[in-house]
Amino acid sequence: MTRIDDTFARLKAEGKKAFVGYVMAGDPDFDASLDLVRGLPAAGVDIIELGLPFTDPMADGPTIQLAGQRALEGGMTLARTLELVRRFRETDAVTPIVLMGYYNPIYSRGVPRFLEEAKAAGIDGLIVVDLPPEEDAELCLPAQAAGLNFIRLATPTTDATRLPRVLQNTSGFVYYVSVTGITGAAAAVAGDVGPEVARIKAATDLPVIVGFGIRSPETARDIASVADGAVVGSAIVKLCEDQRPVADILAFVRTLAQGAHSA
Amino acid sequence: MPDDLINSFLNGPDENGRFGDFGGRFVSETLMPLILELEKQYDFAKTDPEFWAEMDWLWKHYVGRPSPLYFAERLTEHCGGAKIYLKRDELNHTGAHKINNVLGQIILARRMGKTRIIAETGAGQHGVATATVCAKFGLKCVVYMGAHDVERQKPNVFRMRLLGAEVVPVTSGRGTLKDAMNDALRDWVTNVRDTFYCIGTVAGPHPYPAMVRDFQAIIGQEAKAQMQEQEGRLPDTIIAAIGGGSNAMGLFHPFLDDKEVRIIGVEAGGKGVDDKMQHCASLTGGRPGVLHGNRTYLLQDEDGQILEGFSISAGLDYPGIGPEHAWLHDTGRAEYVAITDREALDAFQLCCALEGIIPALEPSHALAHVLKIAPELPKDHIICMNMCGRGDKDIFAVAEHLGVQM
Repeated sequence: MTRIDDTFARLKAEGKKAFVGYVMAGDPDFDASLDLVRGLPAAGVDIIELGLPFTDPMADGPTIQLAGQRALEGGMTLARTLELVRRFRETDAVTPIVLMGYYNPIYSRGVPRFLEEAKAAGIDGLIVVDLPPEEDAELCLPAQAAGLNFIRLATPTTDATRLPRVLQNTSGFVYYVSVTGITGAAAAVAGDVGPEVARIKAATDLPVIVGFGIRSPETARDIASVADGAVVGSAIVKLCEDQRPVADILAFVRTLAQGAHSA
Repeated sequence: MPDDLINSFLNGPDENGRFGDFGGRFVSETLMPLILELEKQYDFAKTDPEFWAEMDWLWKHYVGRPSPLYFAERLTEHCGGAKIYLKRDELNHTGAHKINNVLGQIILARRMGKTRIIAETGAGQHGVATATVCAKFGLKCVVYMGAHDVERQKPNVFRMRLLGAEVVPVTSGRGTLKDAMNDALRDWVTNVRDTFYCIGTVAGPHPYPAMVRDFQAIIGQEAKAQMQEQEGRLPDTIIAAIGGGSNAMGLFHPFLDDKEVRIIGVEAGGKGVDDKMQHCASLTGGRPGVLHGNRTYLLQDEDGQILEGFSISAGLDYPGIGPEHAWLHDTGRAEYVAITDREALDAFQLCCALEGIIPALEPSHALAHVLKIAPELPKDHIICMNMCGRGDKDIFAVAEHLGVQM
């Protein structure tokens, strides 16, 4: 059982849907980012998705691309990202952290070394956008062996023949990408998402969380009502781009979390 | 890997798209079903006589193939050593080898029922070739080009627009070729159902590296037959310039199992391959990593962040290289060297003066290496170099470097 499994068990007991909040590690700098991450659980975030900055984020829209650039310019690295998680764990031992990013920084560090350090730092799961099931031997299988969840993306193009393969080595939860596209782009529509989530849930016992294209408390509620929870990323990161104070960002996060939790 | 452990260099990639440890399918899940479908379609087309009949017809009547194999007599005299032959792919329609591959991909796209074609381009040659073939077949065409390249390659931007393509200047990241490729991938992931991504080089997720290579291999196949005709034997050395590496892979592939043929790839050394990293020599100055769907040698920092390439030639300005080249490098089957901007410019001018051929800056890098080694080689040694593009697009950049006002 990881912190992710514990969290879903708790939410189930409380009859609540999950709210997952994404922020970019080190945006705009280490200290401000740590302050923000530390405030997320109290603002209602059940699972923290922490972006690992990368120069070439092919699946991300402009908002998250720019956040990554700000973080890199501020001196963020994979090692500093793990340090941020370690610092967060000094004051929070229960909120799961899922690291989300691209494979090259991890590959560059060396998979065994990365897994050891990630585990020690207090990371619970990984979402690596450019590692489909075809490349499971790279990181997915070693990560699961090391006790980390490997959370897979399922998308509108993941058809019935492919779905079993996508679910096969997934753990923690399934992340359903609500639209074909990049983060922060088209708006998710609960009417479209519902049947897709049902299709995935029929094939797995894992919770199904929906992300991409959710930017308001209302949409978070609508989407969460047809799934096990909702993810918001770009809409939160946008406030970082606008250099809003941490308290303002957390206030917005609170409204999103209330939206998802009211589903 | 020792040479005797490999029966043939022609068997790659394996069923997972790997050349040794390189290659693969490192893309988001949204794209995976389409990439698998493309692989299926390509596997079918590969052995479909109708597909190749259509290609052959277009290559002959639309592109102007076969391109000549030309004995460069005055360059040979100038060097005083090996005989220098140029494979004249710069004479193709649109002025470079790029169209060989574009035709193949567009025929596949039509077979797959795709109505919208996207492409990335650096110098604009692949963009122009894609816009050209899309115009011929009446397909919608969108070309992603780094904002910086749009500025320095204005004639090609105008050509693409004349041909009916939409040219999108890319400002994300640092607005270069790799960012153009990122934005093309973002477009593809968004419009995956009706859109075909026509990649311009032997990189990207499987099956692109193998597919683009197979479409470019016409270069090496012709060169091999033409050399037999003219010299009655194989060349001793074959040389080509490498950015992503499609013209080189096209020349090299039919010769890979001819172990007596020496194979040399020439990377862009920019201002010199040293710790200042002002170059694009991924094999000479990079290390293995994962980007744009494949594992290959990349220019990157210690944290695995991708670095910008630097070269006088916009067509070589890419921080990676095709995975098959990475494999040929590691197995030792091919050698890879770097040539600086300065050396390429000198070769460019010499080729104009001695042969009446204005080469593109990309093959000028290959020629610069020919000029280095030919004088040391015996007179019966035969070098075959791929003249993969013509220099019309580069005259403004060259003038600027020579301090000439136009």
